This record gives sequence, structure tokens and C-alpha cells, in this order.
Amino acid sequence: MSTESVALPLSGASKLPLVEQLHQWMTTVDHKRLGILYILYALVFLIFGGVEATIMRIQLIRPHNDFVSPQVFNRMFTMHGTTMIFFVAMPILFGFANYFIPLMIGARDMAYPRLNAFSFWMTAFGGLLLYFSFVGGDGLYGAGNAPDVGWFAYAPLTSQTFSRGHSTDFWILSLLISGFGSVGTAINIIATILCMRCRGMTLGKMPLFAWLNLVMAGLVVLAVSPLTAAQLMLLVDRYLGGHFFDTQAGGSAVIWMHFFWIFGHPEVYVLVIPAFAFASEIIPVFSRKAIFGYPVMVAATVCIGFIAMSVWAHHMFTVGMSSAANTFFVLSTMAIAVPTGIKIFNWLATMWGGQIHFKTPMLFCVAFLFQFLIAGLTGVMMSAAPFDWQLGNSYFVIAHFHYVIVGGILFALFGAFYYWFPKMSGRMYRESLGRLHFWLFIIGFHLTFDFMHIPGILGMPRRIYTYEPGRGWDIWNLIVTIGVFFQAAGVLVFLANLLWSRFRGELAGSDPWDAWTLEWSTSSPPPPYNFATIPEVRSRRPLWDLKHPEDPDWQYE
Amino acid sequence: MSAPSITAPNVEIPWNLPKRGPVGMYGLIAAEAAIFTIFVVAYIFYIGKSLTGPQPRDVLHVPIFLTICLLSSSLTIHFAVRLLKTGRVHYFALCWLLTIVLGAVFLAGTVREWRHLIYDEGLTIQANLFGTTYYSLVGLHGFHVTVGLLALATVLLFTLRGDVGRQHAERIEVLSMYWHFVDVVWAVVFVVVYIVGR
Repeated sequence: MSTESVALPLSGASKLPLVEQLHQWMTTVDHKRLGILYILYALVFLIFGGVEATIMRIQLIRPHNDFVSPQVFNRMFTMHGTTMIFFVAMPILFGFANYFIPLMIGARDMAYPRLNAFSFWMTAFGGLLLYFSFVGGDGLYGAGNAPDVGWFAYAPLTSQTFSRGHSTDFWILSLLISGFGSVGTAINIIATILCMRCRGMTLGKMPLFAWLNLVMAGLVVLAVSPLTAAQLMLLVDRYLGGHFFDTQAGGSAVIWMHFFWIFGHPEVYVLVIPAFAFASEIIPVFSRKAIFGYPVMVAATVCIGFIAMSVWAHHMFTVGMSSAANTFFVLSTMAIAVPTGIKIFNWLATMWGGQIHFKTPMLFCVAFLFQFLIAGLTGVMMSAAPFDWQLGNSYFVIAHFHYVIVGGILFALFGAFYYWFPKMSGRMYRESLGRLHFWLFIIGFHLTFDFMHIPGILGMPRRIYTYEPGRGWDIWNLIVTIGVFFQAAGVLVFLANLLWSRFRGELAGSDPWDAWTLEWSTSSPPPPYNFATIPEVRSRRPLWDLKHPEDPDWQYE
Repeated sequence: MSAPSITAPNVEIPWNLPKRGPVGMYGLIAAEAAIFTIFVVAYIFYIGKSLTGPQPRDVLHVPIFLTICLLSSSLTIHFAVRLLKTGRVHYFALCWLLTIVLGAVFLAGTVREWRHLIYDEGLTIQANLFGTTYYSLVGLHGFHVTVGLLALATVLLFTLRGDVGRQHAERIEVLSMYWHFVDVVWAVVFVVVYIVGR
């Protein structure tokens, strides 16, 4: 299709001096380079967030431990949550969206390349600002450095009275700034998908990856903006003496919870929908079958997008709302399990009767299916308000949402790394190291998060610094912490694999998986212009049509 | 038996995609609308919850003249874009200037109103919940008007230098969408603050 290439004045750019190369990376507006920047940036923060989690787990490994002080513990859980959501998960998913959406829809770049670069550097600056708080958060009060108010920063902990110094300000400003970046990228994704598709790629013929990221971007626009508004209000309270969340002057602490979770819950879907997108590309290719129920997948995703906007207050059952509100949010939360279930059945039906190749990306996707199902089931359990009154704010909740974020999103993400690594680097990863990573990580994951449910049921609240022996929590906390080391080892193997394969892996060729979407028609890594001639597509699997002219897909669609 | 070779029908696929300018602006408007929604909800939630004075009904006067100014600037900018599309640049510049004047009058009116509220009525952002929500919501809108005016003024500058022509009509229409949005937000703010909230 477009294996033809164009000679560029910059070809041979790799021989440029290092400073020159770095300058090119700093000033780039190319969607592929920005995608890689997003991903590398997020991997660095993944290590930060992982270290913070490990510190917390070491502190909790046995009762009455004093590995860190309570103050440090508070900072660790705040920084861990904030980092993982805003500076790992979102940027890494934006990175993949940035890199592959233009390639998959047959475009040469995003709709607004300069906005793209702007958005990345805003996000990057936000992350730096958050971590600068370790140095600059003390302020004039000597009141402690990094933010320690929890990642959802409930009022009144964030008021000037209870949070002296600048730690909370660093938290507000970094999220505000990275929020601008997120909204910019989301608008860019929407405009790219709607306006830049190649000839013949109608909305019904787009890869599911593009469809799902379109819904994700819509959710970012509608969900991150309320957080921006809430952060502005908090700034007014802290700096101009406003009373939005000041209960002394008639303000309401509960309305902060509403505003935060109006962002916070759709955010979960912002993160999980791209994970669905990875699974929807990887599972068909490694099952050697077209995706089952394409239109239903699209409809279910759009449906999830709408319902996601109306379930936020299930985070607030324990706060005490009216029974009408409780009922509404119980029902809407249960309803969202329906389209999600439809998707799981569609992936299963795609695998059913296919020739399944258990390469590393597929291993991660199968684990994703299994674990995401369990995460969904504990989610349905907790959607019932009376059940939530028992277990809200316990380690059961922590186990549930880490099952979603690690067991679901991170597993799909690792699958995506292995699937697209050959395209991005031009080289194959080491399959044996990939499998080692998979087994280490899945053992660690299940040790940690399966057993974390139990102290939750036994009444262990989240965010406690330490606990009394003899409550039956000790052994479970020990097992949970042991699992962390397996996960850390898995991640180290993963990073080593990436590094080693980047320089020493065998050349991958343009299409190592015999896949069907347009990104595999370009060389690996793709040239800066992506396609020498803009392709024209007639079906959802344009490369299948090209490889099988005797039996093209467009006959049947 | 050889399979019959199937060739794609050699017809040109008709291909029309939306323009990226308006799509991006709609995205920005959606994001801004979400921000304003949260501020409006907060305003409505806190109506009548102030523990101390001054109360809205005692100090607020309905700014009918300013509202007429801002809303009619939507009309003038609409006509300006239509004039540019037909290539009548001089009339375009006139209508554009009128839009800026109307917007500036609105902004000046807000400044006067705030001055009165702060110095004569003692309503500051710290005074009570009404002050906090009022200055935040109206201020956020005023900030958007200011940004819009700066953008409009930039276009006027280019027009006076003779750099703007018919070929820029589409881009300038994207800017006009933002201005319309700012006006619609004012309609909502007006109803919430000066009618419902009083």
C-alpha cells in the first residue's frame, strides 16, 4: 500500500549530534514523537508512583511498624493516587492515542500539531510542579512538603486553616495545568477523528481503537473541565478568602465531593475505555478473526460514555444522601454493568472458534478479560448502597478499584506495549522476557489484590498508618506486601526488555503480526509523513483486503 | 478451479469531512460549558445560604442596558462575518468595530457595577457566600469577555492593516462562534444571578 517512501532532507537525522537531536525532540510537533514523549514521561512517573506504593506496603507489612512517619505515609498515599491517575495513566493512554489514531485513520498528523505539543508540555510541566512540592511545599510555615490531603482532597482538609504552607497549592496548580493539557489533547483527538480520516473510512469503517478513543476524548472534555472549575473555586477559597467549601460561613464540604466525583467517576471510564480499545485491536489479531459484533461494541461504548456521567455519587453513599439520590445512583451504577458485560461477551465471541496465538500481548489481554470481569463483579456488589455502607472506605474498595486499574487497565496497557512495540521501535521484543514479565506480574497482582479484599471485609479502613495486632489482618497484609515485590520485579523485567529490544532486538519488518489496520502498512517505525500516498479504504480491515484480493471484506460489510 | 478475481468497483468514493476549525471550537465550547455549568450549579446551590449580609435583593440592580449591549454584539458579529464572506471588507470592519465597542461597554459597565458593590455596598468576595459565588461566576464570564475582546481587537488590527480578506472568512467565523458562546453564557448568568437569585 504505502511501502513506497519519500526522500526527506532530514533523513540520516540519527547521525546528528546529541544536542541537535534533543532539540528536535523538544520542538517536535510530530504526533509519533509526541506519543513517545507522553509514554516515556508516564513511565518515569510510573516508577515514582510505584515506589510510593511500595513504601506504603512496607509500612503496613506488620502491625506497629514504623518504617516511615505518619506524615510521610499521608504524603505517600496522596502522591501515589495523584501521580498514577494524572501523570501515569492519562499521559500513557494519550501517548498511544496520539501515536496510533492518525496512523489508523490514514492521516499524516493530528488535526492540530502545535496544540498537541502544547498539551504535552502542559502535562509535563504539571507533573514537574507536583513533584517540585517535595522541595517547595514547605512555604514559610515549615508545614510539610508534598500534599497530604488524599488524592480526592476532601474539604475542609484543603482549607488554609488545616493545610498551611503550599503543599495543597502545588496539588491544585499541577492538576489545573495538566487539566488544560488533557482537554487540549482530547479536543485534538476529536477533531482528528472527525476531520482527518482518509477517503472511504466512514465512521462505520473506523477501527474500534479510533471509536473508543473518540468516546474517551468526549468524556475528557466533559469530565476534566468540572475538575478545573472545582480547582478554581478551591483557589478562590485559599487565596481570596472565598467560602465555597467553608462550612463556617455556610459553605458545603459535600459539594466539593460532588464536584470532585463528577470528574472522578467518568475519569475511571476515561482510563478504561482506551484499555478496551487495546483489547479490541489485539484480541482479533491473535484470534485470527474479525472482531465480533462491531456495531454493538460501538453502541455499548457510547452507552458507557453516557451512563458514566450519571453514576458519580456512588462514591458518596457513606456520606449520607437522600434515599431518592441513593436509589438513583444505585440503579445507574448497576445499569453500567450491562454495556460493559456486552463488551466482555463480544471479546469472548471473537476468541470463540478462532486460532488463538498466545503471544505476550494476547496473554495480557486474556488476563485483562478475566480480571476485569472480577473487578466488575465486586463493582456490582458495592453498587448496592447497603453493602457499600458496610465496606465503603475499607480495603475492600481499594482492592476493587486496583483490580480495575491494575488488573484491567494496566494489563491491557502492557499488552498494547508488546503489540505495538515493533511498530514504534522497528524491533521485536524478547518473547521469553515478555512471558517472564507476564508470569511475575500476574502472580504478584493476584497475591496483592486478591488477598487485599479480605482485610477489607474484616474491617480494615483505607489510609490508616498502622494497626493493632490480633485483628486477623496481619497475615493478609504480609501476603499483600509480598505480592508487591513480584510486581516490582515484573516491571523491572518489562523495562529491561524495552531497553534491550530497542537496541538489540531483531528487526520487526512492517507487519510482524499479520494484522489488518493501516498502521501496519507503514514501515516500522513509520516515516515522519506516515503515508507517501494517502490510502483509500473500503472495509474495516483494509490490510486484509490488500492481502486477500480474492476475498475482500467489503463484500460482506 | 481458480477463484474469480474480485476487483474493487472503480468508482470515486464521495468524501466530505467536517472542517477542523469549527469542530475544535465546538470542543472548546463544550469544555467551557462544563466549567460554567459547575459555577452556575454552585451559585444556585448557595442562593439564600449566606449567613450575613449583604443579600442579592438589597444590592443587585438588573443590568438591562449592558445585557442589551452584549446580546446585540452577537448580531453585529454575525453580520460582520456575512459581509466578509461576500467580500465587503470595509463594512465588515465597521461591524467588527461595533462589536468591540459593544463588548467594551459591557465590560466597563461591569467594572462600574463592581466598584459600586465593593465601595458603596461592602460586598467583597470575602464578605459572604453571595459575594464568593457572585464574583466568581460573573468574573469568570467577564474574563471570557476580555479574552474575546483581545482576540477581536487582534483581528481588527489586521483588518486595518489591510491583511484581512474574503479568504479568511472561515477562520473569522470560528472566532465568532466563541463570541456567540460568551453571549449565550451571559444569558444564563443573567437569568440565574439577576432574576432567579434575586
